[in-house]
Amino acid sequence: MASAFEYAPAPESRSIVDIAPSYGLFINGEFTEAADGKVFKTVSPSTEEVLSEVAEAGEADVDRAVQAARKAFEKWSALPGSERAKYLFRIARIIQERSRELAVLETLDNGKPIRETRDADLPLVAAHFFYYAGWADKLDHAGYGANPRPLGVAGQVIPWNFPLLMLAWKIAPALATGNTVVLKPAETTPLSALFFADICRQAGLPKGVVNILTGDGRAGAALIAHPDVDKVAFTGSTAVGKQIARTVAGTRKKVTLELGGKGANIVFDDAPVDQAVEGIVNGIFFNQGQVCCAGSRLLVQESIHDELLDSLKRRLGTLRLGDPLDKNTDIGAINSAEQLARITALADRGEAEGAERWSPACELPQNGFWFAPTLFTKVTQAHTVARDEIFGPVLSVLTFRTPDEAVAKANNTPYGLSAGIWTEKGSRILAVANKLRAGVIWSNTFNKFDPTSPFGGYKESGFGREGGRHGLEAYLDV
Amino acid sequence: MPTTAPNALSDVTASDGTLRRFLHGLPGVDAVGLEARAASLGTRSIKTTAKAYAIDLAISMVDLTTLEGADTPGKVRALGAKAVRPDPTDRTTPSTAAVCVYPDMVATAKEAVAGSDVKVASVATAFPAGRAPIAVKLADVREAVAAGADEIDMVIDRGAFLAGHYKKVYDEITAVKEACGTNARLKVIFETGELSTYDNIRRASWLGMLAGADFIKTSTGKVAVNATPANTLLMLEAVRDFRAQTGVQVGVKPAGGIRTSKDAIKFLVLVNETVGEDWLDNHWFRFGASSLLNDLLMQRQKLATGRYSGPDYVTVD
Repeated sequence: MASAFEYAPAPESRSIVDIAPSYGLFINGEFTEAADGKVFKTVSPSTEEVLSEVAEAGEADVDRAVQAARKAFEKWSALPGSERAKYLFRIARIIQERSRELAVLETLDNGKPIRETRDADLPLVAAHFFYYAGWADKLDHAGYGANPRPLGVAGQVIPWNFPLLMLAWKIAPALATGNTVVLKPAETTPLSALFFADICRQAGLPKGVVNILTGDGRAGAALIAHPDVDKVAFTGSTAVGKQIARTVAGTRKKVTLELGGKGANIVFDDAPVDQAVEGIVNGIFFNQGQVCCAGSRLLVQESIHDELLDSLKRRLGTLRLGDPLDKNTDIGAINSAEQLARITALADRGEAEGAERWSPACELPQNGFWFAPTLFTKVTQAHTVARDEIFGPVLSVLTFRTPDEAVAKANNTPYGLSAGIWTEKGSRILAVANKLRAGVIWSNTFNKFDPTSPFGGYKESGFGREGGRHGLEAYLDV
Repeated sequence: MPTTAPNALSDVTASDGTLRRFLHGLPGVDAVGLEARAASLGTRSIKTTAKAYAIDLAISMVDLTTLEGADTPGKVRALGAKAVRPDPTDRTTPSTAAVCVYPDMVATAKEAVAGSDVKVASVATAFPAGRAPIAVKLADVREAVAAGADEIDMVIDRGAFLAGHYKKVYDEITAVKEACGTNARLKVIFETGELSTYDNIRRASWLGMLAGADFIKTSTGKVAVNATPANTLLMLEAVRDFRAQTGVQVGVKPAGGIRTSKDAIKFLVLVNETVGEDWLDNHWFRFGASSLLNDLLMQRQKLATGRYSGPDYVTVD
């Protein structure tokens, strides 16, 4: 939107974060090279600048890390809960103290805007550690009987969309319940996990309780298949999730999977329209739409379709795309060339199948991986863009006539992770929410997270819950 | 500019019943979502050239106000001089939009700003409570206009609004609008702190605009809750939607409680990202404030010189 009021660049300073030219694997409290000496580069998606070179874990390293975690488990699990809580509280406080540094780091490595890492990711990361720290000495009262036991060594594989937040979702409940962990961050976003390793040292966490292995899918597969891993936790694509389910089938391993989604954001004709528009924007353009619970399908009551679309398009015209470190940026970079190619291919397919494509006028930077906020109208259930998870800033707009039709269309997906309901009528919220098969349902808001609230999916969106009291169960032998 | 409801909406103003059906048919407001949006826009980082632009714009939008029982001609003259030349050490500083005084001070204020573009606004209609017979309110307005007021800031009858007597409120506004004649612009104050809910604020905004308001204004500055980013955002959405539906553009004036440059810039961001540059002009957006101006001047000096000079380097009036 051209305006007389042009915001001058307001970049957050990079100088607060000191990224080393290379990093090793974090095993048994030490940074070490990979056994075979392999390394890979991590780049900043907004500029393609190489940020650092990190070790690439192989099978021997996975084995070393699992052994370290196994060794540490005996003492860690025997600590009184109140002692484990002290470490978790300490970690939470260090995260708060270093939050600006970590926010800048996350923005550099992931490509998401500093506004989000500063105002959403980092506060939630700290909150998650604080929350589970509080549970550590109260497990007797969690509803699983007296003295529930931990599982042992947790092998955890996390995605690149919320690198540090997904780490927190995995590590905080695991440690609170007395497990030790080996975590593999995503190949394209290894840095914040490595900084977290440093925080573990700073907090004096006993060696081997947390181990971080950077690497690609092969390291993740080796970790999950390792015979001495007791618990597998994975967040990522449904395709990989299915592979993991096959790998652990028939073993003693307990598994939780948090997979894809194709969330329906349902807007009734009596919705608070201006806030619904904000919710739609927040639902699909938060984190460039690279959110498993994104509201990627807008189901709008046909009677207000044109009016809502006009408002939505006007609002999209005010989104500011560009340098993720600029404090006024709303839309940052796509995380990788690979993801950009996938989004591009699916959007092209939407166009080829006859959906109407629209983006606001916006200039994409020359370097890096960028995709303009996009919406498709005239989408039906039969369109690929209404069925496949795009995992990008692409919204598919469908219409419905009655509440029953809205529910039927919302549920008509192999996924079942999230949904949103927009109406001023409280009874309708309750009635519709009861009929939706989705793990998280927001009413008159979207993409709001809180450590006290369980999160997880139905159907191909996975199983198990993270967050809240429910999140403890995944790490307890109950 | 039409003095009554635009034709497209004239049928809704016939009675309490038709007004109720129309106003209650407006989309609801989700309070949490509205406040979250206002807060999120409040995190915009306005630096260097953008800040300089915003500070000058904000100065030019100030309705420099004194509404005290102790107001004297001397005080009003000082205010007028300040409005015309806010920073005597720097003649590039823009004048404020207006001075805002009680009706009996209008003539004095007119003299004080004579020869400049600064307007004289006068609160009228038994400000701030609005609890007086309609004849008294209209006389109040006529006196102010006769004394030369360029703008009238009226208060609505909140009691009537809360009792659901929308037609009474509507009729009062149209009567005041008529009393303003063709020269004085009318600002309609809702006292949003007394209307209490955001739904009420949206309804009052539409009611005021239907009745011919040139400006809709949040508050008198005399109650506990005055202008907030959220209620101003909501009123901006209302003027945006009203123009889309009727083609008539209406101004917005948050008043009360805006004291710092940082606050003022946040309001300008709301304007910029909600209604856009059509409203980034003192014909369409104002700040009702008194102490805000000196903070804007100090920030302006700091931007120009790189040093913060302190309160002794702006005039105390």
